[in-house]
Amino acid sequence: MRRLNWERVVSILLLSPAVIAIAIFVYGFIGFTAYASLSKWNQLLPDFTLVGLSNYQKLFANQRFQIDLRNTVVFTVIFLIACLAIGFLLALLLDQRIKGEGIFRGIYLFPMSISFIVTGVVWRWLLNPGSDELGSAGVNLLFDKVGLGFLKTGWYTDPKIGIMAVAIAATWQMSGYTMAMYLAGLRAIPDELREAARVDGASEVQIVRHIILPLLQPVTLSAVIVLGHISLKIYDLIVSMTGPGIGFATDVPAYFMWDTTFRGNHFARGAAIAIVLLIMVAVLIVPYLVYSTRTEAEL
Amino acid sequence: MTTHTQRTPGGMKSPIHWQRVALYAVLIAFALLYLMPVYVLIVTGMKSFAEVSLYEMWDLPKGLHFDSYAKAWFGSKAEGFRGLNVNFMNSVYLTVPATIISAMWGSINGYILAKWKFRGSEVLFPLLLFGMFIPYQSILIPLVQTLQKINIFGIKFYGSIPGLILAHVIYGIPITTLIFRNYYANVPTELVEAARIDGANIFGIYRHVLFPLSLPGFVVVMIWQFTSIWNDFLFAATVTSNPATQPITVGLNNLAGSYIVEWNVQMAGALITALPTLLVYIFLGRFFMRGLMAGSLKG
Repeated sequence: MRRLNWERVVSILLLSPAVIAIAIFVYGFIGFTAYASLSKWNQLLPDFTLVGLSNYQKLFANQRFQIDLRNTVVFTVIFLIACLAIGFLLALLLDQRIKGEGIFRGIYLFPMSISFIVTGVVWRWLLNPGSDELGSAGVNLLFDKVGLGFLKTGWYTDPKIGIMAVAIAATWQMSGYTMAMYLAGLRAIPDELREAARVDGASEVQIVRHIILPLLQPVTLSAVIVLGHISLKIYDLIVSMTGPGIGFATDVPAYFMWDTTFRGNHFARGAAIAIVLLIMVAVLIVPYLVYSTRTEAEL
Repeated sequence: MTTHTQRTPGGMKSPIHWQRVALYAVLIAFALLYLMPVYVLIVTGMKSFAEVSLYEMWDLPKGLHFDSYAKAWFGSKAEGFRGLNVNFMNSVYLTVPATIISAMWGSINGYILAKWKFRGSEVLFPLLLFGMFIPYQSILIPLVQTLQKINIFGIKFYGSIPGLILAHVIYGIPITTLIFRNYYANVPTELVEAARIDGANIFGIYRHVLFPLSLPGFVVVMIWQFTSIWNDFLFAATVTSNPATQPITVGLNNLAGSYIVEWNVQMAGALITALPTLLVYIFLGRFFMRGLMAGSLKG
């Protein structure tokens, strides 16, 4: 028994550096940021005089921030729907005993391994609309070549749809991930279930709608949470692909935060944006974290 | 009507051929769509400077030219921009040690949380995991302040590679701990008990039982950390402001954001930046997948 106690102490000692590091660098730092967001620190030199929620009030009244929030919503909705739809479709098709499935899977998934910066640089050129004088470029040029010229748009240079162009690039990068999650989910559904439905005279569409989709609901939930928190935090892609854009057409809170904090020295305002971002992510993540670690403990 | 024999997903060969053809056509169309940016990336990088025009983006190169790669790598004194060679090496000096330290640390944390559970460890674990979902904007301000103050044995942490290593190791704790904990949880307790009967203590069990079984776990964690640290932009851009110490993602973004750098040089730079993680993905793809799945908590 004495030996056990000695080892118990050692086990806690071994874990404690990680616990202390996370306590300081995650929770302590979040506390600091929250405190700074309530202060007067809107110049280079720190000033921790508390001013209540005035930074938040000013922030929500700020036009740029309102545009950012709207952009985040538009981006998230398009990105989520596109990733889920494409991912599910590809998974469903790949589950039909495809020759060379590994190759297809590899191709759909490889963009995941690349930095958002690379994605942004490449897609900035692909979605460069070209000019009236010199003609179309990029994807527009491709549309011209295959006779789909009517699909040409200004992509990210058009303030109305700028953020959607960024969502296209993000979907290119992340939809393979959704495919992989759905494929793993599909493989876990026993064939007998589908066979039984088929014997009962269900069509393939009915089987997908009434058997496969409901059984894949947990996968959809995981995908929504993983993609959703990526989308709320999207930053690198904006930096390398478009920047904030004309009239902040492609600006997002994460970009505004960096810009106002490290370029503008408005630390308190930047901290307030960061806390708003954190709250949005926490609303999405915390229930999921609590739920999945609890069900795990029951197993 | 033989609808019930038409499509038999996961079943026997279908008598109706055109459906299979359509299936493959859709899969191939998507594959081409995913590969489209890669095509532009490779083709543009190989064109000569005379051939490069945004309006001939999709045309094949007339010969093989590697001038763009040379220029992206070495920079150009005449035109006044830096090459990526210094940034590439900075990324190597950052990624290699940070990945190794992260993996070792995560392994120890995972061991304790999997095999030395204590009262409260079920509460501690989700608190630890929360750290991997937070938007890093919410810790960025105090992180910079702290790194500016840390000075150990004359090593500066702000604006330097050691500072970035510290940041990546600490914010890598949640994911590395999660992967190792799930990995070690699958090691049968009987093995641990047997070693205990043979007189092994907490260190001996790790050294002689868990660690020798850890190789696949280490590969998954190291690939994950390598990819995310190599691809990181936010920490890199915030912590290092001097071009000589910046990692490659920041170098590429500077290159691509500069109006004096030709488009084909930017593309060559993008490919150079993407290459290491792309190679890891191509050769160790299966382990990459496992890391991805762990990222959605389904380890």
